[in-house]
Amino acid sequence: MFRVTKEPLDLQALVSYVTAPEAGAIATFVGTTRNNNEGRKVIALDYEAYPEMAEKELARLGEEAKRKWKIERMAIVHRIGPVAITEPSVIIAVSAAHRDDAFQACRFAIEEIKKSVPIWKKEVFEGGEIWIGMQSGQPLPGR
Amino acid sequence: MKVKVKFFAILRERAGAGEITREMKEGGTVADLWEALRKDYPRLAPVETRLLYAVNRNYVRPNHILKENDEVVFVPPVSGG
Repeated sequence: MFRVTKEPLDLQALVSYVTAPEAGAIATFVGTTRNNNEGRKVIALDYEAYPEMAEKELARLGEEAKRKWKIERMAIVHRIGPVAITEPSVIIAVSAAHRDDAFQACRFAIEEIKKSVPIWKKEVFEGGEIWIGMQSGQPLPGR
Repeated sequence: MKVKVKFFAILRERAGAGEITREMKEGGTVADLWEALRKDYPRLAPVETRLLYAVNRNYVRPNHILKENDEVVFVPPVSGG
């Protein structure tokens, strides 16, 4: 399961999806919205995706994880639209026969998401908003 | 020939559009298209950050030659997670 969605994320749904009789471990990662960043008071994060390509890239990194580690099933769901403080923006679940493969594949997935999947976050903070990852790091003019 | 361009995130805001169709010369590259769009949309010009190029949902090199009806996306630095 490799999806982007506007709906709130459900950890248990992903755990159920990757549950397999051959698995002795399920590792999960939940990325949540933090109330502060680089000294700014964050109100919410607003995510935007190129949905068709984002899902394709998520599936591609799932395939890559399967080649690198002995895993059974993987699921990644990323939320788009506004995500309030404390709410999850991304959940990854990986099942494997043994915990080491599950942990490593899970770590790999979140690092790759941050490098290659076409999803962007706008940080809405007290006093402005910025697209995270732009080199300038400055609020957009006229906002 | 015509190609479809989709803008996302900061580029969507700067262009003031999510999706456009643009006429370009046969044999033009994705980098040529970006240069042309920077002239069409002056507010894109200051976006000096490193962009990746995607054609039909795959990352391509700047010298990738476009074809009729290709779907082109200029990808600013991603920040999912």
